[in-house]
Amino acid sequence: MAYLFNTDEDVRQMLDTIGAASIDELFAAIPRSMQMAEPLAIPPAMSELELTQQVQALAGKNRGVTQDVCFLGGGAYDHFIPAVVDHLASRGEYYTSYTPYQPEVSQGNLQVMFEYETLICQLTGMDVSNASLYDGASATIEAVLLALASRPKCKRVVVPENLHPEYRQVLETYLQWTDFELTTVACPSGGVPLDAWQAELDETVGCVVLSQPNFFGVVEDLGPAAEAAKQHGAVVVAVADMISLGLLASPGQWGADIVVGEGQALGNPLQYGGPYLGIMACRSEFVRRMPGRIAGQTEDRHGNRCWVLTLQTREQHIRREKATSNICTNQGLFALRAAIYLALQGPQGMRETAEHCAWKAQYLMDRLTSHDRFELAFSGSSWREFAIRDKAGAVPELLHEARQHGLQAGLELGTWYPSLQDCVLIAVTEKRTRAELDRLADVFIHAPQAKELANA
Amino acid sequence: MDPEQLKYNPSHEWVAVSDDQVATVGITDFAVKQLTDLVFMALPELGTQVTAGEEFGEVESVKAVSPLYSPVTGEVVEVHSELVDNMDALSEDPFGEGWLIKVRVADGAAALDGLLDHASYLKQCSEV
Amino acid sequence: MRNQQASQLLFELAAPGRRANLLPECDVPTGDLGQRYPAGALREQPPELPELSEGDVVRHFTNLSTLNMSVDTHFYPLGSCTMKYNPKRNERLASLPGIVDLHPLQPDSASQGILELLYEVQGYFAEISGLPSVSLQPAAGAHGELTALMAAAAYYRDRGEQRSKVLVPDSAHGTNPASASMVGFKSIMIRSRADGSVDMDALREHVDEQTAVFMITNPSTLGLFENQISEIADLVHQAGGLIYLDGANMNAILGIARPGDFGADMMHYNPHKTFSGPHGGGGPGAGPICVRDFLDPYLPVPRVAKGPEGFYLDSNHPQSIGRVRSFQGNIGVLVRAYCYIRAYGATGLKDVSRHAVLNANYLLAKLKHLLPVPMGDRCMHEFVASAQQLKKDRGITAMDLAKRLLDFGFHAPTVYFPLTVPEAIMIEPTETESKETMDAFVDAIESILEEPAEQLQTAPQSTMVTRPDEVKAARQPRMRWTASH
Repeated sequence: MAYLFNTDEDVRQMLDTIGAASIDELFAAIPRSMQMAEPLAIPPAMSELELTQQVQALAGKNRGVTQDVCFLGGGAYDHFIPAVVDHLASRGEYYTSYTPYQPEVSQGNLQVMFEYETLICQLTGMDVSNASLYDGASATIEAVLLALASRPKCKRVVVPENLHPEYRQVLETYLQWTDFELTTVACPSGGVPLDAWQAELDETVGCVVLSQPNFFGVVEDLGPAAEAAKQHGAVVVAVADMISLGLLASPGQWGADIVVGEGQALGNPLQYGGPYLGIMACRSEFVRRMPGRIAGQTEDRHGNRCWVLTLQTREQHIRREKATSNICTNQGLFALRAAIYLALQGPQGMRETAEHCAWKAQYLMDRLTSHDRFELAFSGSSWREFAIRDKAGAVPELLHEARQHGLQAGLELGTWYPSLQDCVLIAVTEKRTRAELDRLADVFIHAPQAKELANA
Repeated sequence: MDPEQLKYNPSHEWVAVSDDQVATVGITDFAVKQLTDLVFMALPELGTQVTAGEEFGEVESVKAVSPLYSPVTGEVVEVHSELVDNMDALSEDPFGEGWLIKVRVADGAAALDGLLDHASYLKQCSEV
Repeated sequence: MRNQQASQLLFELAAPGRRANLLPECDVPTGDLGQRYPAGALREQPPELPELSEGDVVRHFTNLSTLNMSVDTHFYPLGSCTMKYNPKRNERLASLPGIVDLHPLQPDSASQGILELLYEVQGYFAEISGLPSVSLQPAAGAHGELTALMAAAAYYRDRGEQRSKVLVPDSAHGTNPASASMVGFKSIMIRSRADGSVDMDALREHVDEQTAVFMITNPSTLGLFENQISEIADLVHQAGGLIYLDGANMNAILGIARPGDFGADMMHYNPHKTFSGPHGGGGPGAGPICVRDFLDPYLPVPRVAKGPEGFYLDSNHPQSIGRVRSFQGNIGVLVRAYCYIRAYGATGLKDVSRHAVLNANYLLAKLKHLLPVPMGDRCMHEFVASAQQLKKDRGITAMDLAKRLLDFGFHAPTVYFPLTVPEAIMIEPTETESKETMDAFVDAIESILEEPAEQLQTAPQSTMVTRPDEVKAARQPRMRWTASH
C-alpha cells in the first residue's frame, strides 16, 4: 500500500500489546449503524507510474504560461522565479515542518519569519509585518477589520471602484454580517477622483482602502486622498504591489497606516490562483491587534539571540471569540519563497525589475496606440499594466485571435466593469521580450474587426 | 495604599476613594502572582465612562489575557499609561506604583457598597 | 560541523554592491522615469533591502533549514496536526508545467485539465464526507469554518430566521469561537463530561430557537469518537439548528464513517493534514467545505462545474454568500490531495485510517503505564496523556517532558491542548510511522522519566538555543531587524 509500513507481523504484535483481536475492534466506539457498509466510491489505487501518467495527461489539457505568452494580470503576475527559490524551498526541513510551537527545533523557520517580516517592512515602509496571511484579498479584509477595531464608533468603509473587484467582493462577503457599511466611489477616469472621494468622507468613516497601482494599472499620487481620509480620523489601508515597490514610493511615504498586498509575484508560481501570499504590515500602534503569526527576537537561557512566536495573546487559541481574527496559520512556505526572492533581488534587482516592467509596458502601449483602432482607456501614468480600448469594440474576438497566435493577450475589463466592455487589461512583466511585445501588437493591429468577422 | 483599607472586586481589582470623589483602581498582588509574567496592559482612554462590574481593560501575560472589571462607575480622569513600559511596577508595588486608572465617581464612598473588604477578599483567595 | 554564520541574519551578511540576480539588458527603449510619473509617486532611493551574492543566499537558507525538525527528518507526533509522511511524487506532480504555471484568470478553454482535476477532487471530498455540495475556495481550515458559518447565516436569513447562537464544546479549537464571532454569532461554551464526551444536559440547556449551529470536532480533540453524535444531531436539528463538523480529525474515519451519515450538515477538511499536502512550516493549507444540498445555493463563487461544453468556473449562484478570497482556492494543495487520494484508492484510504488508529492505540497501550491517559484505554487516531501527577510528585511539567524529548531526537507532542485536560500531552503518531519508531519513542520517554527532574527542567541541552525568553520577547517586542541592532 502506498505509504503504509506495518507488516502483517507488526499488526499482530501491536494488536497483542493493545489487547485487541482485530483492527476492527478498535473502531468499536463508532456505533455499527454509523459505519459504512460499502466501500467508498473512489477509483482503485494507482502506482506512482500510473498516477504520473494520469496527472501528466490532465496537465496536457491545459495551456500555461510556459506554452502561451502571458499578458494576463489582474492580481497575479508572470514574473521570473530564480532557480534558487525552488531549490531551497523544496528542502524537506522547510516544507515538511510545521508552525514553530517548539522554538528550539524551529529556529530555521522562526529566523526566516523574522527576516521575511523585516524585508516586508523595508519594502512597505511600515514598522511591523506579520508572518503572512492567506492572500491579497483576505489580507485586505483583515486590514479593514483591524482598522475598524481601532475606531469603535465608526460604521463606514470607503473604497474606490479601482480597488481590485475580487477584493471588493471579499469585503462585501465579510461585512454583510456586521454593522459596517461599504461605500464605493466611482472612478471614471481611472484614478481616485478627489472631489467625489472627499464628498464621501466624514467622521463616521473608520477606514479607507487605496491601491497603488490600482486595478486599471494607473499609478497616481495618493497622498491627497490619504490625507483627506486622515483629516476625518479614518485609518488608511494601502493595497500595494510588491514588485512596484522597487520603483514606487512606499505606502508609508504617502500616508498608509496598514499595508497589505498579494505577495505571489515575489517568487511564487501562479498555480491557477493559490496558494498565494497575503502580506500585511502596519504602523506599530496597530500591532497589538494585528492578525496572524509574528516572530520576534529574544534571548535564550544562555543569552543567545534567538526567535520565538510573539504577542500570541492576539491569537484565537488564547483569545477565542474575542480574537482579532480566526486566522491561525501563515503561508510559511510562500513567505520563505518571498524572503529568498527578495534576498536574491536586493535593492538593485527590485529596482531594475520594476523598471523593465515600466519600459516594456510603455513600448507595447506606444505600439498599440500608434494605430487608430486603439487608445488608452485612462489618462494617468501606468507601470506594468494598462487598459486599452478597442474602438472597434471587438474585445472577445481580439483575444480569441491572439490565442490562435499563442498569446494570452489580456483580460476583458467588461467582466467586472460593464461600462468597459471595449477594454482589455494588459500586463507586461520583465519576462516579456521585445519580440513578444511586437507579436502582440502585430496580432492586435491586424486582427479582423467584429464587423469584418460578421461579414466573413 | 494600605491593603487593609481598600475595597475589592471578587475579580481581584482593588479600589480606594479619596475625599474629592476620585477612585483609584488597581489589581491585587494575588492576581499579579496568579497571572505570572505580565507583559502588556490595555487601559481605557482619558474621559471614558466605566461601569461597575464591566470590563475596562485587559492585562496580558505571555499566554493569557485577563479582562479587568471596574469596581466603580464614573469617568476616567487619569490613566497610568507609563505602566505599559514598566510592568515590573505591577509586581513590585501593586497597591501603590502599580495603580491603573483613576475614576471620578458620582456618589463618593457609597460607590463602594457591595464590594468586598480586605478580610472577605483574603478569604475568597484562600478558597481558590 | 556547526556553522556560526547560519544564525547571522541576511542583513548582517550583506555588503553594498553585491548582486545575485542579474536581469538581461532591457531590449526596449528606456528614458527618464521622473517624467512618466506624478511627483511623489516614485521612490527617491531603492528599497533598503540587503545586498547578497547567490552563494550567500543558498548557504544561508540551507543552513537555517537544518535548525528545523521536520517530518522528513524526525518523528513528529504533534497531536491534532496529523504530521504524516508527505509523498514526494505529489510535489513533482503539483509542479508540472500545465499545473503550476496556470494563470488564475486564463480562459476555461485553456484550463480543462485542471478544472477536470478539481471537479474530480470535489467529487471525492463529497463521497468521503457524505455531504454532496463542495466549495474548494477556503484557504485553510479556519477559513472553511468561517465560510460554512456564513453559508448557514445566509440560509437562516433567507428563511427569515433570527438565530444568534453558535454552540461550541469546551475542548474545541480556538478558531471555532473566533470564526463564529466574525459572522456575528455569539458563541456559547458547552462543557464536556469527565470522559471527554459532550455533556448532554449542558447541551439541552442551551439548544433553542436561537441556536444556529453546533460546532463539533468528531473524532474530538481528545481522540475520541463522540458516540452520542446522533442524539446530539437530533436535538440540534429538532430545534432547527445545523451541525458543523470540524474535520481536523478526519484521518481517523476515512471510508469508515461519514459525517453526512452521522448527522453533520457542514464540514471542512484540512487537506494538509488528512491528505498529506505538506504543512510548509505553518502553511499553506486549504479548507474545502462540504455541505448538505439545501445549503448548496449559499456556497461561495466561483465553483467548478461541468457542462455540455466541458468544465467551467461557475459564478451564477445568486444566493451565494460571495467570494471569501481572490481567485479559485489553494489549488496547489488540492492537486496534492487529488494525487494522494488516487494513490490510495478507496480501500487504501480506509487502510490509512485503520493504521492511524492502530498506531495510536499501540502507542497508547505502551505509554499508559508511564503517563496517565485520563480519557480511557482506547482512542481513535490520537490520545491525550497528562503530566498532572508528574508535576505534583516531581515538579515536572508537560513542557519539561516535551523539551527533553527534543534532546532524544523526537519532535514534542502538542502540549497544553485541549484546555480541558490539565498538563495535556496530545500524541498523534499517524499511520506512516513504523512500530520501531514508536517503540523508540516510548523507550525515550521511559528513560527520561528515570532522569533527575533538573535534567528535564533545563532541557533541551542539545539544541542551538534553549528555552527562549518569551516574556522578554513580548515585553520589548522586536519584530524586525534594524541597522542599530
